[in-house]
This record gives sequence, structure tokens and C-alpha cells, in this order.
Amino acid sequence: MRSIALVAQAVFKESVRDRVPYSMVAFAVLIIAASYLISQLTAGQDMKILKDLGLAAIAVFGLLIAVFIGINLVSKEVERRSVFAVLAKPLSRSQFILGKYFGLALTLVVNLSVMTLAFYAVLLYVDLTTDALLKAAWPAPALDPRLVIAVVLIVAELMLVTAIALFFSTFSSPLLSALLTLGVWVAGHFNADLRNFEAVLDVRPVALLARAVYYLLPNLAPFNIRAEVVHGVPVPASQVALTLAYAAVYITILLLGAIAVFRRRDFK
Amino acid sequence: MKPRNRGLIVAVMLLFAASVGIQAVRDRDRVPFEPPGGMLWIQSGTAMKRMALGFDTLVADLYWIRAVVYYGGQRLRDRSERSYELLYPMLDLVTTLDPRFKVAYRFGAIFLTEGYPDGPGRPDQAIALLENGLRRDGERWEYMHDIGFIYYWWLRDYTKAAEWFERGGRAPGGPPWLAPLAATTLAQGGDRQSSRTMWRQLFENADSDWIRSSAERRLLQLDAMDALDQLNVIAARYAAREGRVAQSWPALVQGERLRGIPLDPAGVPYVINPVTGRVGLAEDSPLWPLPEEPQALRPVPEPPS
Repeated sequence: MRSIALVAQAVFKESVRDRVPYSMVAFAVLIIAASYLISQLTAGQDMKILKDLGLAAIAVFGLLIAVFIGINLVSKEVERRSVFAVLAKPLSRSQFILGKYFGLALTLVVNLSVMTLAFYAVLLYVDLTTDALLKAAWPAPALDPRLVIAVVLIVAELMLVTAIALFFSTFSSPLLSALLTLGVWVAGHFNADLRNFEAVLDVRPVALLARAVYYLLPNLAPFNIRAEVVHGVPVPASQVALTLAYAAVYITILLLGAIAVFRRRDFK
Repeated sequence: MKPRNRGLIVAVMLLFAASVGIQAVRDRDRVPFEPPGGMLWIQSGTAMKRMALGFDTLVADLYWIRAVVYYGGQRLRDRSERSYELLYPMLDLVTTLDPRFKVAYRFGAIFLTEGYPDGPGRPDQAIALLENGLRRDGERWEYMHDIGFIYYWWLRDYTKAAEWFERGGRAPGGPPWLAPLAATTLAQGGDRQSSRTMWRQLFENADSDWIRSSAERRLLQLDAMDALDQLNVIAARYAAREGRVAQSWPALVQGERLRGIPLDPAGVPYVINPVTGRVGLAEDSPLWPLPEEPQALRPVPEPPS
């Protein structure tokens, strides 16, 4: 356990030294602030657009962090040959993979927390400067605590994406890993269509195959409750809990897969 | 010793200033090509929803801003050059991407119905949009009220208007004033007081500044119409007494002992037609032109006993 924590700490420190997450956070903060200016064009819909844009910025920049750091976690060590030095220490390959994963997960949580705080600060400013008559038309309060639930699900989705990136990075190049991860992310958002394939296709084997792919690929659509939260529509707690449980199970599968590949990998 | 970059920094600054200058000179003579009526490459909301990859509401926001800017931009153009043909496809796209975007449906109800040159004059499209809202966003009384309102104000179909008001009154959260409004509409549709009630409700329940100011303008126009009715009675009285129409305000003010030249609710003086002697709204008033008033229902004659 201690070895995993040490590797995770090293990954987190390296990401702090690496300025990429900082620039992304700065950019996200800038986008959120810019959204205030954009909202002047929206015919009174500034709060809705601010929330949509803020949550989307958090999701997009989080995704970039997850993919572009995730794909380098293992491959960079292998390329630099530093993996030999690390594995010569009393550290198993599975501990190495888990430490890498939790280190990046910690980086994500810290980055997204900063973005969320910045997001709430902009919402607070708009809330304080908006006329009460206009506020009455908002479907949900500016500082709606349910926004945090949307962010929690974004974090869960990104942790799943990180696990996908880590899995691919155990056996392929960074570029290929990035393409594969983004491909799975896109497919994960189209996944719901596969479930209803039999409604549009009469060929039963193909429909069954589509159904199998639906269950095999990660289903990322349920992680997106941004529209419900922005419109003040209640999201059942059971749905959130099941989505988080799904993420935990799927992440475990991917980590076990990554460990299995990495344990059998020959470094020459 | 590290090389000093001062020269390079100065060069970059100078070149940047030059690029700004070149751009300013180029923009002076360049009129960017704009396709007549604008362009909307993707009009299928379903296709756009797939392309949005989970960011549907954000894409809806972008199209919403585009719709608002498009409508506002057309209103700023010369009257003869205005075209609103993309307004409905844009609003349809917005509401397909974000089916709960309430203000987009209601914005459509107000601005798609406005007659040319202030809008496309398409109450049918406004009703279609609101009916989509009822299908996609549940039985909202606001959409039912707006459909009833379009039948009342623009289509003058008081039976259908009353049906929708009644349906809105029965919808979840429907306000208690909708059922009496349905009864009044059926009994005396077209009277100014009912119009005023509806515009006031729109004003008070508006989701956006644009809708609120549009409703406010209509309310001021109704006030102006009330004032004009009174002023024309005075002008007629003057004509009957003097045997000629009042050709200017000084004559009418003096003859009828008015306190001064009356102003419309926007603060612009009313004008007198020197030929007919009728008082009207000045063309430079922000309230001009006044709406064509829905025709009041004629009282049903009593059946012979």
C-alpha cells in the first residue's frame, strides 16, 4: 500500500512540475470568466449559459488532462528507460500501475477542484450583480449545490477515461494510445444507440452483436447530468449511485487488464 | 553569458504594431462576403445532437446566441433588406438540442409571429415550435398560454384561443387567471382589456429581457391607443363645434383648453392629420406603428322571443 502511495505521490509531484495542468486550469478559468462576457449576448439566459459553459469547460479540460497525461504515464517511463530503475526497487509491477493511476487521479481531483471553485466564484459574482426580477426566472439558484453532483460525475467519467488511457499506454505508443482513448471516449457517448439497434435492424445476430458491444464498451452518457442540473430537474440519487458503482467496476476491470498486460511485458 | 533579447522583443512589438496597421488598412476597403439571408449548414437537430458528443446544451447555447444575434441583426438592417427565414430552423435546432430551453420556445412565440419587417410573420411556425415544446418538455401551462395568445392576437381565432387558455388553466401549475381568461375570450374576444391582461401576464412571467421589453412596448401601445381614442373624441367635438377640423395642435389646444400638446407613453408628441383632423402616433415614436387591433366579437343578437 505504501509503495502505491509513493508512486502516486511521485506522479502527482511530476504533474505539478509539468506545467501542462496549470495552463489548462488557467485556460479553463479564463473560459469561465469569458462566459460572463458571452452571456451579455444571450437575451437574459446568462445564468444557464454560464452554467453550461462552466461545466463543459471543466469536462473538456479535465478530459485533456486525463488523456494527455494518462497516455504518457507508462510509455514515458519505458521510453526513458527509467522503468528499469523503478522496477529494480522493492515494487511490484501491479503496484507500479496502481500508483501511476492513483497519482493521476489525485492530479485530476485537485485540478477539477480548482476549476470548480473558480466556477462557483463566477456564479457568485453573477448572482450578486443580477436583478431580483431576472433571478426569479432562473430554473435553479446560481449557487445550486447540485452542480457539485454534476462535477462529481465528470470526475468519475474522467477517472474512467484515465484508466482507459493507462490501459492503452501499457502496450502502445503515446500517439496510438491517445487516438484509441479518444476513440473509446467518442464511442462511449454513442453507445446508447447500439442498445436500440434491434429496433432499426431486422437481422437478429447483428442486433445481438450490437447489444454485446453496448455492454462491452464503457457507457459514458449516464455520467452527463449537466442538462438536468442546469435546468433544475431532479436527478435520482439511485442513478448517481449506480453510475458511480459502474465507474468503480469498469475502472477496476481496466486496471486489472493494464496490470495483466504490464506484468507480461518484456523490457529489453 | 546569455544572449540579450531586447532587440528581438522590440522587433516583435514593431511587427505586431505593423500587423495591426495592415489589418486596419485592409478592413477599410474590404466588405466581407455574406450570403444573402445567411447560412445554416446543419439544420437537423438529431444530426447535431450526435455531433455534440454529450455537449448538447452547450451547442444549444451557441445556436441560441446565434439566433438572438441573427434576429437582432436583421432588425437593425434596412427595412427592405430584412430576412428572417433562418429564425425558425435556428430555434428548432436549439430546442432539439436542449428540449428544456423554455425561453427559446417562448422567444419563438413572440418574435416568429411579428409581422414583416419586424419579424417573419409566421404564427404557424411559432405554434409548431410551442407544440414541440409540449411534446418534449412536458405539459407546461406557459406554452399553452402562448399558443392561445397567438390564436387570440395574431390569428383572431377566439374559439381556439379559449380552448388553449382553458387547457393551460388545467395544466400542472396553471395559474387561476387562465380559466376566467378563457371564458372572457370566448364571450368578448378582441376587446382591448383582454389583450392588456395577456400582455401584462407575458410581461410579468417573461424569462428574458427581450420578451419583457416586447411585452412592455405592446402595453404602452395599448395605452397609446386608449389615449388616441380620447383625443379623437376631443378632436371630433372641436370639428363639430367649429365647423372645420383642427389642422394643428395650437388650434386644438386653445379650442379645447388642453394643458399642452399631449405626449404618447414614450414621450413623443402625438400628431394631427391636417386634412382629416384625426390624432395619431408620430412615425418617429418608438411605439410606431400601432398594432392592428384584434376585431372585437360582435354581440350575438338575442333570439326573437
